Amino acid sequence: MEIKLTVNSGARSDEVEPRLLLIHYLRETLGLRAANVGCDTTSCGACTVLLDGESVKSCTVLAVQANGRSVTTAEGLVAEDGTMSIVQQAFRENHGLQCGFCTPGMVMASTSLLAENPHPTEQQVREGLEGNFCRCTGYHNIVRSVLAAAEKLSAVSTSADSADSAEVIA
Amino acid sequence: MIPASFDYEVADSAAHALALLTEHGEDAKLLAGGHSLLPMMKVRLARPAMLIDIARVSELSGIKVVGDQVVIGATTRHAEVAGSPLLQAEVPILAYAAAQVGDPQIRHRGTIGGSLAHADPSADLPMTLLALGGSVEITGPAGTRVVGADDFFIGPFESALGPDELLTEVRVPRGGGVSWGYQKFVRRANDWAIVGVAAYDGRVALASMGGTPLRAHATEEALRSGASIEEAAALAAEGTSPGKDFHADSDYRAHLARVLTKRALEGKTG
Repeated sequence: MEIKLTVNSGARSDEVEPRLLLIHYLRETLGLRAANVGCDTTSCGACTVLLDGESVKSCTVLAVQANGRSVTTAEGLVAEDGTMSIVQQAFRENHGLQCGFCTPGMVMASTSLLAENPHPTEQQVREGLEGNFCRCTGYHNIVRSVLAAAEKLSAVSTSADSADSAEVIA
Repeated sequence: MIPASFDYEVADSAAHALALLTEHGEDAKLLAGGHSLLPMMKVRLARPAMLIDIARVSELSGIKVVGDQVVIGATTRHAEVAGSPLLQAEVPILAYAAAQVGDPQIRHRGTIGGSLAHADPSADLPMTLLALGGSVEITGPAGTRVVGADDFFIGPFESALGPDELLTEVRVPRGGGVSWGYQKFVRRANDWAIVGVAAYDGRVALASMGGTPLRAHATEEALRSGASIEEAAALAAEGTSPGKDFHADSDYRAHLARVLTKRALEGKTG
């Protein structure tokens, strides 16, 4: 079946088998390797990407279900000049990762979380990342990273009054 | 893990979905959010030859008040149910329960109709529909019928929904001021309930205490005859048949049912 969709702001058109999972379409067909296959059972969140701006686990979405929609991976958060998004920068600055395997999924889940709730409490961040497992950090620096990103995003959106937080994040 | 091959069609209306179901018979399955079906297909517990995608049928989605009920379209996603100001005001237990399903990513995809049709005895929404005394509207070749929650769940992962039928909407009573409580006992983040309890207006429903979500009839009866919460909650496991697994044996589940029912009847959430 032919699918037409937007991936990281670029229009794509590909012939896919209906059973092709979105994660395999992204990694194998398009060569976008940020999203990882972790548990492969909708638990760990390593494969998290944005579908129309909302976090989803791409191991449990068919590529055909993304037909006509917009997909964003961690690669798509980076500007053309190589500048990382505020969430990505916050993970680096706050040492929000160790081995890095869960990080692309954490960053995408956090980006979606902050678009829905720009001023989360620490508890809301912890609950909002319930679907993403990290086996290294003990989560503390990840939570710190998301809270730092929230603070920075709110400073940015206050100074640029027309931009809403979702645009700033993406 | 990769599902077995299947054909895929996008339905553009409920009638189109039904026509495709009739055409393809028992080999076809309906796909909405896919968060119960696709995991089963990946481990080949399900091998439908045809998937009929109903996620784009707009008439099957949405939340509205109709008389003394709130009607929720079958493909309305958990995140929409949880975040609906209408449901938070009119049926707060349902909005709360939807927010307990899985995790944010799962709630962005999974649907209320899908979760009910999957009929997992340990899941949040079947138990909640039972506590609410809600119903589902089912449409098939023979027409439309409404099935109450008490008659809808008939076994583990088995409901009154026929293979040629479509669950079109979910109906729950309006009750913004009604007292309710909700308890879900889990050991790990984003897990299913080891035992769950939903209490609403004197009705008490249990998850993971048998092959279907169950009413705690003895507890409800005791409450009606004026028993205290403590006395009524002590009867919560009567008539249930909880299984045992890695997490808990039957006795422990019965204990949890009593403790959690007391908390739920006290209006606590957690």
